[in-house]
Amino acid sequence: MKNNAKVVIIGGGISGVAIAYNLAKMGETDVIVLEKDHLASGATGRCGAGIRQQWGTKMNCLMAKKSIEFFETAKEELDYDGDLQFKQKGYLLVSSTKEEDKEFEQNVILQNKIGIPARKITKKEALKIVPHLNPDAFYGAAFCPTDGHLNPFTTTDAFYKAAKRMGITFYTQTEVLDIKTKNKKITEVITTNGSIKTETVVNAAGGHSYNIGQMVGLDLPVYSENHEILVTEAVEQMQGPMVISFSQNFYCQQTPHGSFIMGRGEPDKKPGLNVESTHLFLDRMSKTITKILPKIGELRLVRQWGGLYNISPDHQPIYGPVKEVKGFYLAIGFSGHGFMFAPVTGMIIAEMILKKPFSIDISGLTIDRFEKGNITIEGNVV
Amino acid sequence: MNEKDIIVCRCSDISLYDLKKLMEQGYTSFVELKQIARIGMGPCQGRTCSLLVLKELAKFLDVPFETLTPPTVRPTMSALKLKMIAKGKNNEEQR
Ligand SMILES: Cc1cc2nc3c(=O)[nH]c(=O)nc-3n(C[C@H](O)[C@H](O)[C@H](O)COP(=O)(O)OP(=O)(O)OC[C@H]3O[C@@H](n4cnc5c(N)ncnc54)[C@H](O)[C@@H]3O)c2cc1C
Repeated sequence: MKNNAKVVIIGGGISGVAIAYNLAKMGETDVIVLEKDHLASGATGRCGAGIRQQWGTKMNCLMAKKSIEFFETAKEELDYDGDLQFKQKGYLLVSSTKEEDKEFEQNVILQNKIGIPARKITKKEALKIVPHLNPDAFYGAAFCPTDGHLNPFTTTDAFYKAAKRMGITFYTQTEVLDIKTKNKKITEVITTNGSIKTETVVNAAGGHSYNIGQMVGLDLPVYSENHEILVTEAVEQMQGPMVISFSQNFYCQQTPHGSFIMGRGEPDKKPGLNVESTHLFLDRMSKTITKILPKIGELRLVRQWGGLYNISPDHQPIYGPVKEVKGFYLAIGFSGHGFMFAPVTGMIIAEMILKKPFSIDISGLTIDRFEKGNITIEGNVV
Repeated sequence: MNEKDIIVCRCSDISLYDLKKLMEQGYTSFVELKQIARIGMGPCQGRTCSLLVLKELAKFLDVPFETLTPPTVRPTMSALKLKMIAKGKNNEEQR
Protein backbone atom coordinates (compact mmCIF):
# COMPACT_ATOMS: atom_id res chain seq x y z
CA MET A 1 0.00 0.00 0.00
CA LYS A 2 1.16 3.54 -0.77
CA ASN A 3 2.02 5.44 2.40
CA ASN A 4 1.35 9.00 1.31
CA ALA A 5 -0.99 10.97 -0.91
CA LYS A 6 -2.12 14.54 -1.56
CA VAL A 7 -5.74 13.58 -1.00
CA VAL A 8 -7.36 10.61 0.74
CA ILE A 9 -11.04 9.99 0.05
CA ILE A 10 -12.90 7.86 2.59
CA GLY A 11 -15.75 5.94 0.94
CA GLY A 12 -16.07 4.12 -2.37
CA GLY A 13 -19.68 5.01 -3.05
CA ILE A 14 -20.89 7.22 -5.87
CA SER A 15 -19.68 10.37 -4.05
CA GLY A 16 -16.16 9.05 -3.48
CA VAL A 17 -15.66 7.82 -7.04
CA ALA A 18 -17.11 11.02 -8.53
CA ILE A 19 -14.79 13.19 -6.41
CA ALA A 20 -11.81 11.04 -7.42
CA TYR A 21 -12.72 11.31 -11.09
CA ASN A 22 -13.04 15.09 -10.93
CA LEU A 23 -9.74 15.51 -9.08
CA ALA A 24 -8.03 13.48 -11.79
CA LYS A 25 -9.77 15.39 -14.55
CA MET A 26 -8.57 18.65 -13.01
CA GLY A 27 -5.02 17.28 -12.93
CA GLU A 28 -4.61 15.92 -9.40
CA THR A 29 -3.96 12.19 -9.49
CA ASP A 30 -2.05 11.77 -6.22
CA VAL A 31 -5.28 10.54 -4.65
CA ILE A 32 -6.22 7.38 -2.75
CA VAL A 33 -9.80 6.17 -2.33
CA LEU A 34 -10.35 3.91 0.67
CA GLU A 35 -13.36 1.60 0.87
CA LYS A 36 -13.92 -0.75 3.79
CA ASP A 37 -15.90 -3.23 1.72
CA HIS A 38 -16.32 -3.23 -2.07
CA LEU A 39 -17.26 -0.26 -4.26
CA ALA A 40 -20.96 0.65 -4.03
CA SER A 41 -21.39 -1.54 -0.96
CA GLY A 42 -23.08 1.29 0.95
CA ALA A 43 -26.17 3.30 0.04
CA THR A 44 -25.08 3.58 -3.59
CA GLY A 45 -25.49 -0.12 -4.35
CA ARG A 46 -28.77 -0.23 -2.44
CA CYS A 47 -30.50 2.84 -3.80
CA GLY A 48 -33.36 3.52 -6.19
CA ALA A 49 -30.95 5.46 -8.42
CA GLY A 50 -33.66 7.79 -9.62
CA ILE A 51 -32.59 11.23 -10.83
CA ARG A 52 -35.04 14.13 -10.63
CA GLN A 53 -35.04 17.90 -10.93
CA GLN A 54 -38.43 18.48 -9.32
CA TRP A 55 -37.30 19.86 -5.99
CA GLY A 56 -38.65 22.43 -3.58
CA THR A 57 -35.46 24.34 -2.81
CA LYS A 58 -33.59 26.32 -5.43
CA MET A 59 -30.28 24.78 -4.40
CA ASN A 60 -31.51 21.23 -4.93
CA CYS A 61 -33.06 22.20 -8.29
CA LEU A 62 -29.78 23.73 -9.49
CA MET A 63 -27.69 20.75 -8.42
CA ALA A 64 -30.09 18.24 -9.95
CA LYS A 65 -30.23 20.11 -13.25
CA LYS A 66 -26.46 20.29 -13.53
CA SER A 67 -26.14 16.62 -12.61
CA ILE A 68 -28.68 15.50 -15.19
CA GLU A 69 -26.80 17.44 -17.86
CA PHE A 70 -23.76 15.40 -16.88
CA PHE A 71 -25.63 12.08 -16.90
CA GLU A 72 -26.91 12.80 -20.42
CA THR A 73 -23.37 12.53 -21.76
CA ALA A 74 -21.81 10.43 -18.98
CA LYS A 75 -21.15 7.36 -21.11
CA GLU A 76 -19.04 9.39 -23.54
CA GLU A 77 -17.44 11.65 -20.94
CA LEU A 78 -16.41 8.67 -18.81
CA ASP A 79 -15.61 6.63 -21.93
CA TYR A 80 -17.37 3.61 -20.43
CA ASP A 81 -17.51 0.27 -22.21
CA GLY A 82 -20.44 -1.01 -20.11
CA ASP A 83 -24.08 0.01 -20.03
CA LEU A 84 -25.19 2.80 -17.66
CA GLN A 85 -28.82 1.90 -18.38
CA PHE A 86 -29.69 5.56 -18.48
CA LYS A 87 -33.44 5.99 -18.81
CA GLN A 88 -34.93 9.45 -19.26
CA LYS A 89 -38.67 8.90 -19.16
CA GLY A 90 -39.46 11.40 -16.43
CA TYR A 91 -40.74 11.54 -12.87
CA LEU A 92 -44.48 11.76 -12.26
CA LEU A 93 -45.15 13.38 -8.90
CA VAL A 94 -48.67 12.64 -7.67
CA SER A 95 -50.44 14.78 -5.07
CA SER A 96 -53.04 13.60 -2.57
CA THR A 97 -54.80 16.85 -1.75
CA LYS A 98 -55.61 20.23 -3.19
CA GLU A 99 -53.05 21.79 -0.84
CA GLU A 100 -50.28 19.50 -2.00
CA ASP A 101 -51.25 20.15 -5.59
CA LYS A 102 -50.87 23.90 -4.93
CA GLU A 103 -47.36 23.28 -3.61
CA PHE A 104 -46.52 21.47 -6.85
CA GLU A 105 -47.66 24.55 -8.73
CA GLN A 106 -45.32 26.76 -6.69
CA ASN A 107 -42.42 24.36 -7.17
CA VAL A 108 -42.96 24.17 -10.93
CA ILE A 109 -42.70 27.99 -11.11
CA LEU A 110 -39.36 27.82 -9.29
CA GLN A 111 -38.16 24.93 -11.46
CA ASN A 112 -39.15 26.61 -14.74
CA LYS A 113 -37.33 29.79 -13.70
CA ILE A 114 -34.03 27.94 -13.75
CA GLY A 115 -34.84 26.11 -16.95
CA ILE A 116 -36.13 22.76 -15.68
CA PRO A 117 -38.84 21.58 -18.10
CA ALA A 118 -41.33 20.44 -15.41
CA ARG A 119 -45.02 21.12 -15.74
CA LYS A 120 -48.07 20.99 -13.53
CA ILE A 121 -50.57 18.58 -15.04
CA THR A 122 -54.10 17.37 -14.32
CA LYS A 123 -55.18 13.93 -13.20
CA LYS A 124 -56.38 13.23 -16.72
CA GLU A 125 -53.00 14.07 -18.21
CA ALA A 126 -51.26 12.00 -15.57
CA LEU A 127 -53.40 9.01 -16.52
CA LYS A 128 -52.28 9.39 -20.12
CA ILE A 129 -48.65 9.15 -19.03
CA VAL A 130 -49.19 6.25 -16.60
CA PRO A 131 -52.50 4.60 -17.53
CA HIS A 132 -52.38 2.01 -14.75
CA LEU A 133 -52.59 4.64 -11.98
CA ASN A 134 -55.71 4.26 -9.86
CA PRO A 135 -57.63 7.51 -10.50
CA ASP A 136 -59.22 7.37 -7.04
CA ALA A 137 -55.85 7.23 -5.28
CA PHE A 138 -54.46 10.68 -6.17
CA TYR A 139 -55.51 14.28 -6.74
CA GLY A 140 -53.22 15.85 -9.38
CA ALA A 141 -49.66 15.66 -10.63
CA ALA A 142 -46.49 17.30 -11.86
CA PHE A 143 -44.24 15.87 -14.55
CA CYS A 144 -40.71 16.46 -15.74
CA PRO A 145 -39.80 14.48 -18.87
CA THR A 146 -36.02 14.76 -18.46
CA ASP A 147 -35.88 13.11 -15.03
CA GLY A 148 -34.99 9.43 -14.97
CA HIS A 149 -32.79 6.67 -13.69
CA LEU A 150 -29.40 4.95 -14.10
CA ASN A 151 -27.92 1.68 -12.97
CA PRO A 152 -26.05 2.59 -9.76
CA PHE A 153 -23.52 -0.26 -10.06
CA THR A 154 -22.41 0.52 -13.59
CA THR A 155 -22.47 4.26 -12.92
CA THR A 156 -20.09 3.74 -9.99
CA ASP A 157 -18.00 1.39 -12.13
CA ALA A 158 -17.79 3.99 -14.90
CA PHE A 159 -16.49 6.75 -12.59
CA TYR A 160 -14.13 4.25 -10.97
CA LYS A 161 -12.65 3.00 -14.23
CA ALA A 162 -12.23 6.51 -15.64
CA ALA A 163 -10.52 7.69 -12.43
CA LYS A 164 -8.32 4.63 -12.32
CA ARG A 165 -7.25 5.06 -15.95
CA MET A 166 -6.12 8.59 -15.09
CA GLY A 167 -4.00 7.32 -12.23
CA ILE A 168 -6.12 7.39 -9.05
CA THR A 169 -5.40 4.62 -6.54
CA PHE A 170 -8.25 2.58 -5.05
CA TYR A 171 -7.96 0.29 -2.03
CA THR A 172 -11.05 -1.78 -1.28
CA GLN A 173 -11.42 -4.03 1.78
CA THR A 174 -9.53 -1.29 3.59
CA GLU A 175 -11.23 0.35 6.55
CA VAL A 176 -10.25 3.70 8.00
CA LEU A 177 -9.77 3.26 11.74
CA ASP A 178 -8.53 6.69 12.74
CA ILE A 179 -7.36 10.06 11.46
CA LYS A 180 -4.40 11.79 13.10
CA THR A 181 -4.19 15.56 13.44
CA LYS A 182 -1.56 17.96 14.70
CA ASN A 183 -2.21 21.63 15.48
CA LYS A 184 -5.72 21.29 14.01
CA LYS A 185 -4.30 19.96 10.73
CA ILE A 186 -4.72 16.51 9.20
CA THR A 187 -1.49 14.51 9.17
CA GLU A 188 -2.27 10.84 8.69
CA VAL A 189 -4.99 8.28 8.01
CA ILE A 190 -4.80 4.93 9.81
CA THR A 191 -6.34 1.95 8.05
CA THR A 192 -6.64 -1.80 8.55
CA ASN A 193 -3.86 -2.21 5.95
CA GLY A 194 -1.41 0.44 7.09
CA SER A 195 -1.23 4.21 7.37
CA ILE A 196 -1.12 7.01 4.81
CA LYS A 197 0.46 10.42 5.35
CA THR A 198 -1.73 13.18 3.95
CA GLU A 199 -2.90 16.72 4.61
CA THR A 200 -6.28 16.39 2.94
CA VAL A 201 -9.10 13.97 3.74
CA VAL A 202 -12.56 13.82 2.22
CA ASN A 203 -15.31 12.32 4.34
CA ALA A 204 -17.53 10.58 1.77
CA ALA A 205 -18.46 7.73 4.08
CA GLY A 206 -22.23 7.97 3.58
CA GLY A 207 -24.08 6.36 6.47
CA HIS A 208 -20.86 6.23 8.48
CA SER A 209 -19.89 9.87 7.99
CA TYR A 210 -20.69 10.78 11.61
CA ASN A 211 -18.16 8.19 12.84
CA ILE A 212 -15.49 9.56 10.49
CA GLY A 213 -16.15 13.04 11.88
CA GLN A 214 -15.62 11.74 15.40
CA MET A 215 -12.13 10.59 14.40
CA VAL A 216 -11.13 14.25 14.13
CA GLY A 217 -13.19 15.30 17.14
CA LEU A 218 -16.20 16.68 15.27
CA ASP A 219 -19.84 16.19 16.17
CA LEU A 220 -21.28 16.42 12.64
CA PRO A 221 -24.99 17.33 12.39
CA VAL A 222 -26.02 14.14 10.56
CA TYR A 223 -27.57 10.81 11.50
CA SER A 224 -28.41 7.64 9.58
CA GLU A 225 -31.64 5.76 9.08
CA ASN A 226 -32.50 2.47 7.41
CA HIS A 227 -34.73 2.84 4.35
CA GLU A 228 -36.14 -0.27 2.79
CA ILE A 229 -36.74 -1.10 -0.84
CA LEU A 230 -37.78 -4.08 -2.96
CA VAL A 231 -37.56 -5.40 -6.49
CA THR A 232 -40.03 -7.49 -8.50
CA GLU A 233 -39.63 -9.95 -11.33
CA ALA A 234 -38.82 -8.41 -14.72
CA VAL A 235 -41.70 -7.82 -17.13
CA GLU A 236 -42.11 -6.04 -20.45
CA GLN A 237 -41.77 -2.26 -20.38
CA MET A 238 -45.07 -0.81 -19.17
CA GLN A 239 -44.19 2.27 -17.07
CA GLY A 240 -42.11 5.12 -18.45
CA PRO A 241 -41.67 7.47 -15.50
CA MET A 242 -40.92 7.02 -11.85
CA VAL A 243 -44.17 7.50 -9.90
CA ILE A 244 -43.59 9.22 -6.58
CA SER A 245 -45.71 10.73 -3.79
CA PHE A 246 -44.42 12.68 -0.79
CA SER A 247 -47.71 12.57 1.12
CA GLN A 248 -48.17 8.85 0.48
CA ASN A 249 -44.48 8.39 1.06
CA PHE A 250 -43.49 6.04 -1.75
CA TYR A 251 -41.73 5.79 -5.11
CA CYS A 252 -42.00 3.15 -7.83
CA GLN A 253 -40.18 2.79 -11.13
CA GLN A 254 -39.52 0.23 -13.82
CA THR A 255 -35.86 -0.31 -14.67
CA PRO A 256 -34.67 -0.83 -18.26
CA HIS A 257 -34.09 -4.44 -17.23
CA GLY A 258 -37.85 -4.76 -16.68
CA SER A 259 -38.04 -5.19 -12.91
CA PHE A 260 -39.94 -2.73 -10.73
CA ILE A 261 -38.11 -1.09 -7.85
CA MET A 262 -40.09 0.57 -5.07
CA GLY A 263 -39.50 2.01 -1.64
CA ARG A 264 -41.26 3.79 1.20
CA GLY A 265 -40.28 6.19 3.91
CA GLU A 266 -41.59 5.28 7.34
CA PRO A 267 -42.59 7.94 9.84
CA ASP A 268 -41.54 5.92 12.89
CA LYS A 269 -37.86 5.28 12.10
CA LYS A 270 -35.08 5.04 14.68
CA PRO A 271 -31.62 6.39 13.87
CA GLY A 272 -28.92 3.74 13.59
CA LEU A 273 -26.70 1.78 11.26
CA ASN A 274 -28.69 -1.42 10.80
CA VAL A 275 -29.91 -2.21 7.27
CA GLU A 276 -32.30 -5.05 8.06
CA SER A 277 -35.31 -6.11 5.99
CA THR A 278 -38.61 -6.12 7.84
CA HIS A 279 -42.01 -7.64 7.25
CA LEU A 280 -43.59 -4.37 8.28
CA PHE A 281 -42.06 -2.64 5.25
CA LEU A 282 -43.21 -5.41 2.92
CA ASP A 283 -46.69 -5.22 4.33
CA ARG A 284 -47.00 -1.44 4.03
CA MET A 285 -45.25 -1.26 0.65
CA SER A 286 -47.44 -3.93 -0.94
CA LYS A 287 -50.61 -2.24 0.42
CA THR A 288 -49.52 1.19 -0.84
CA ILE A 289 -48.67 -0.11 -4.30
CA THR A 290 -51.77 -2.25 -4.81
CA LYS A 291 -53.85 0.80 -3.93
CA ILE A 292 -52.19 3.35 -6.19
CA LEU A 293 -50.82 1.15 -8.99
CA PRO A 294 -53.06 -1.95 -8.77
CA LYS A 295 -51.50 -3.64 -11.80
CA ILE A 296 -48.09 -3.69 -10.13
CA GLY A 297 -49.66 -5.76 -7.36
CA GLU A 298 -49.81 -8.62 -9.86
CA LEU A 299 -46.01 -8.80 -9.99
CA ARG A 300 -43.97 -11.19 -7.94
CA LEU A 301 -41.53 -9.97 -5.35
CA VAL A 302 -37.96 -11.14 -5.94
CA ARG A 303 -36.02 -9.51 -3.12
CA GLN A 304 -36.11 -6.82 -0.44
CA TRP A 305 -33.25 -5.03 1.30
CA GLY A 306 -32.36 -1.91 3.24
CA GLY A 307 -29.81 0.90 3.01
CA LEU A 308 -28.80 4.00 4.94
CA TYR A 309 -30.02 7.53 4.36
CA ASN A 310 -27.51 9.95 5.89
CA ILE A 311 -29.74 12.80 7.02
CA SER A 312 -28.87 16.47 7.52
CA PRO A 313 -31.06 19.02 9.38
CA ASP A 314 -32.40 20.59 6.15
CA HIS A 315 -32.33 17.48 3.93
CA GLN A 316 -29.68 19.01 1.68
CA PRO A 317 -26.08 17.83 1.41
CA ILE A 318 -23.25 19.29 3.47
CA TYR A 319 -20.24 20.19 1.32
CA GLY A 320 -16.79 21.50 2.03
CA PRO A 321 -14.25 22.34 4.70
CA VAL A 322 -14.79 22.73 8.45
CA LYS A 323 -13.21 25.50 10.52
CA GLU A 324 -12.06 23.17 13.34
CA VAL A 325 -9.70 20.97 11.28
CA LYS A 326 -7.68 22.13 8.30
CA GLY A 327 -7.75 19.79 5.31
CA PHE A 328 -10.94 17.97 6.31
CA TYR A 329 -13.70 18.11 3.66
CA LEU A 330 -17.28 16.88 3.85
CA ALA A 331 -19.50 15.31 1.19
CA ILE A 332 -22.23 14.03 3.49
CA GLY A 333 -25.87 14.33 4.57
CA PHE A 334 -27.44 13.54 1.20
CA SER A 335 -30.70 12.66 2.98
CA GLY A 336 -31.73 10.01 0.46
CA HIS A 337 -30.83 11.76 -2.77
CA GLY A 338 -27.07 11.66 -3.11
CA PHE A 339 -26.95 9.39 -6.13
CA MET A 340 -28.46 11.98 -8.45
CA PHE A 341 -26.22 14.78 -7.11
CA ALA A 342 -22.98 12.83 -7.52
CA PRO A 343 -21.78 14.66 -10.66
CA VAL A 344 -22.04 18.01 -8.82
CA THR A 345 -20.61 16.54 -5.61
CA GLY A 346 -17.58 15.42 -7.59
CA MET A 347 -17.04 18.76 -9.31
CA ILE A 348 -17.60 20.93 -6.23
CA ILE A 349 -15.43 18.98 -3.80
CA ALA A 350 -12.60 18.75 -6.34
CA GLU A 351 -12.86 22.49 -7.03
CA MET A 352 -12.79 23.24 -3.30
CA ILE A 353 -9.70 21.11 -2.72
CA LEU A 354 -7.85 22.48 -5.74
CA LYS A 355 -9.03 26.07 -5.03
CA LYS A 356 -10.65 26.47 -8.44
CA PRO A 357 -13.69 28.58 -9.27
CA PHE A 358 -16.96 26.73 -8.61
CA SER A 359 -19.05 25.27 -11.46
CA ILE A 360 -22.12 26.19 -9.46
CA ASP A 361 -22.62 28.43 -6.45
CA ILE A 362 -23.08 26.15 -3.48
CA SER A 363 -22.29 28.72 -0.81
CA GLY A 364 -25.57 27.75 0.85
CA LEU A 365 -24.40 24.19 1.41
CA THR A 366 -21.36 24.54 3.64
CA ILE A 367 -21.63 23.46 7.26
CA ASP A 368 -21.66 27.01 8.66
CA ARG A 369 -25.25 27.43 7.42
CA PHE A 370 -26.47 25.68 10.57
CA GLU A 371 -24.62 28.10 12.85
CA LYS A 372 -25.96 31.06 10.93
CA GLY A 373 -29.43 29.54 11.22
CA ASN A 374 -29.67 30.25 7.52
CA ILE A 375 -31.54 27.18 6.29
CA THR A 376 -34.40 26.25 4.00
CA ILE A 377 -35.76 22.78 4.58
CA GLU A 378 -36.35 20.56 1.56
CA GLY A 379 -39.74 18.94 2.06
CA ASN A 380 -39.99 16.97 -1.17
CA VAL A 381 -38.44 13.76 0.11
CA VAL A 382 -39.53 10.16 0.59
CA MET B 1 -17.71 -28.24 -24.70
CA ASN B 2 -17.47 -24.60 -25.71
CA GLU B 3 -17.40 -22.39 -22.60
CA LYS B 4 -19.80 -20.01 -24.31
CA ASP B 5 -22.38 -22.82 -24.20
CA ILE B 6 -21.93 -23.63 -20.52
CA ILE B 7 -24.43 -21.54 -18.60
CA VAL B 8 -23.51 -20.69 -15.01
CA CYS B 9 -26.29 -18.21 -14.27
CA ARG B 10 -29.58 -19.12 -15.92
CA CYS B 11 -31.58 -16.08 -14.78
CA SER B 12 -29.17 -13.61 -16.31
CA ASP B 13 -27.85 -15.84 -19.08
CA ILE B 14 -24.18 -15.75 -18.10
CA SER B 15 -21.89 -18.40 -19.57
CA LEU B 16 -18.67 -19.80 -18.15
CA TYR B 17 -16.86 -17.79 -20.82
CA ASP B 18 -18.55 -14.55 -19.65
CA LEU B 19 -17.75 -15.36 -16.04
CA LYS B 20 -14.08 -15.97 -16.78
CA LYS B 21 -13.85 -12.70 -18.69
CA LEU B 22 -15.39 -10.82 -15.77
CA MET B 23 -12.98 -12.40 -13.30
CA GLU B 24 -10.05 -11.47 -15.53
CA GLN B 25 -11.30 -7.87 -15.50
CA GLY B 26 -11.01 -7.86 -11.71
CA TYR B 27 -14.53 -8.66 -10.49
CA THR B 28 -13.36 -11.36 -8.11
CA SER B 29 -15.99 -11.67 -5.41
CA PHE B 30 -19.54 -12.94 -5.72
CA VAL B 31 -21.05 -9.60 -4.82
CA GLU B 32 -18.96 -7.69 -7.36
CA LEU B 33 -19.94 -10.16 -10.09
CA LYS B 34 -23.52 -9.78 -9.01
CA GLN B 35 -23.46 -6.01 -9.22
CA ILE B 36 -21.79 -5.83 -12.60
CA ALA B 37 -23.49 -8.73 -14.38
CA ARG B 38 -26.67 -9.47 -12.38
CA ILE B 39 -25.35 -12.94 -11.47
CA GLY B 40 -27.62 -14.16 -8.67
CA MET B 41 -30.02 -11.26 -9.01
CA GLY B 42 -32.73 -13.07 -10.93
CA PRO B 43 -35.71 -15.11 -9.75
CA CYS B 44 -33.48 -17.89 -8.36
CA GLN B 45 -31.68 -15.36 -6.12
CA GLY B 46 -28.45 -17.34 -6.33
CA ARG B 47 -29.98 -20.64 -5.29
CA THR B 48 -28.92 -22.25 -8.57
CA CYS B 49 -25.82 -20.33 -9.57
CA SER B 50 -24.00 -19.42 -6.38
CA LEU B 51 -22.23 -22.75 -5.88
CA LEU B 52 -21.12 -22.88 -9.50
CA VAL B 53 -19.86 -19.32 -9.43
CA LEU B 54 -18.08 -19.69 -6.08
CA LYS B 55 -16.35 -22.84 -7.34
CA GLU B 56 -15.10 -20.99 -10.41
CA LEU B 57 -13.98 -18.09 -8.23
CA ALA B 58 -12.05 -20.45 -5.94
CA LYS B 59 -10.31 -21.96 -8.98
CA PHE B 60 -9.53 -18.58 -10.48
CA LEU B 61 -8.17 -17.08 -7.24
CA ASP B 62 -6.56 -20.37 -6.25
CA VAL B 63 -7.99 -20.20 -2.73
CA PRO B 64 -10.02 -22.75 -0.75
CA PHE B 65 -13.74 -22.62 -1.52
CA GLU B 66 -14.60 -22.09 2.18
CA THR B 67 -12.74 -18.78 2.30
CA LEU B 68 -15.08 -17.10 -0.20
CA THR B 69 -18.07 -15.04 0.85
CA PRO B 70 -21.37 -16.32 -0.57
CA PRO B 71 -24.08 -13.82 -1.57
CA THR B 72 -26.27 -12.37 1.18
CA VAL B 73 -29.53 -14.25 1.61
CA ARG B 74 -32.47 -11.87 1.80
CA PRO B 75 -36.25 -12.20 2.06
CA THR B 76 -38.51 -13.46 0.69
CA MET B 77 -38.23 -17.24 0.48
CA SER B 78 -40.66 -17.52 -2.40
CA ALA B 79 -41.74 -15.09 -5.08
CA LEU B 80 -45.18 -14.02 -3.86
CA LYS B 81 -47.31 -11.52 -5.75
CA LEU B 82 -47.34 -8.14 -4.03
CA LYS B 83 -51.13 -8.11 -3.85
CA MET B 84 -51.10 -11.41 -1.96
CA ILE B 85 -48.78 -9.90 0.60
CA ALA B 86 -51.01 -6.83 0.77
CA LYS B 87 -54.05 -8.97 1.50
CA GLY B 88 -52.29 -11.17 4.01
CA LYS B 89 -52.49 -10.43 7.69
CA ASN B 90 -49.56 -8.50 9.03
CA ASN B 91 -47.74 -8.95 12.30
CA GLU B 92 -49.59 -6.12 13.94
CA GLU B 93 -53.06 -7.45 13.12
CA GLN B 94 -52.26 -10.91 14.41
CA ARG B 95 -51.58 -9.67 17.90
C1 LIG C 1 -33.39 2.63 -0.24
C2 LIG C 1 -32.68 3.82 -0.79
C3 LIG C 1 -33.15 4.44 -1.95
C4 LIG C 1 -32.51 5.56 -2.47
N1 LIG C 1 -32.96 6.12 -3.64
C5 LIG C 1 -32.28 7.14 -4.20
C6 LIG C 1 -32.68 7.68 -5.46
O1 LIG C 1 -33.65 7.22 -6.07
N2 LIG C 1 -31.97 8.71 -5.97
C7 LIG C 1 -30.88 9.25 -5.32
O2 LIG C 1 -30.29 10.19 -5.82
N3 LIG C 1 -30.49 8.75 -4.13
C8 LIG C 1 -31.15 7.72 -3.56
N4 LIG C 1 -30.75 7.22 -2.35
C9 LIG C 1 -29.63 7.87 -1.65
C10 LIG C 1 -28.31 7.47 -2.22
O3 LIG C 1 -28.20 6.07 -2.21
C11 LIG C 1 -27.18 8.06 -1.39
O4 LIG C 1 -27.41 9.42 -1.10
C12 LIG C 1 -25.86 7.95 -2.14
O5 LIG C 1 -25.67 6.65 -2.64
C13 LIG C 1 -24.73 8.34 -1.23
O6 LIG C 1 -23.50 7.99 -1.82
P1 LIG C 1 -22.19 8.12 -0.98
O7 LIG C 1 -21.09 7.70 -1.87
O8 LIG C 1 -22.14 9.46 -0.36
O9 LIG C 1 -22.40 7.09 0.23
P2 LIG C 1 -22.32 5.45 0.20
O10 LIG C 1 -22.77 4.89 -1.07
O11 LIG C 1 -22.99 4.98 1.44
O12 LIG C 1 -20.77 5.22 0.29
C14 LIG C 1 -20.04 5.38 1.46
C15 LIG C 1 -18.99 4.30 1.49
O13 LIG C 1 -18.10 4.54 2.56
C16 LIG C 1 -17.66 3.32 3.05
N5 LIG C 1 -17.14 3.52 4.39
C17 LIG C 1 -17.84 3.87 5.50
N6 LIG C 1 -17.02 3.93 6.56
C18 LIG C 1 -15.78 3.64 6.12
C19 LIG C 1 -14.50 3.54 6.75
N7 LIG C 1 -14.35 3.77 8.05
N8 LIG C 1 -13.44 3.22 5.98
C20 LIG C 1 -13.56 3.00 4.66
N9 LIG C 1 -14.75 3.06 4.02
C21 LIG C 1 -15.84 3.38 4.73
C22 LIG C 1 -18.90 2.45 3.00
O14 LIG C 1 -18.59 1.08 2.99
C23 LIG C 1 -19.57 2.92 1.72
O15 LIG C 1 -19.28 2.09 0.62
C24 LIG C 1 -31.37 6.10 -1.81
C25 LIG C 1 -30.88 5.47 -0.66
C26 LIG C 1 -31.52 4.34 -0.15
C27 LIG C 1 -30.97 3.69 1.09
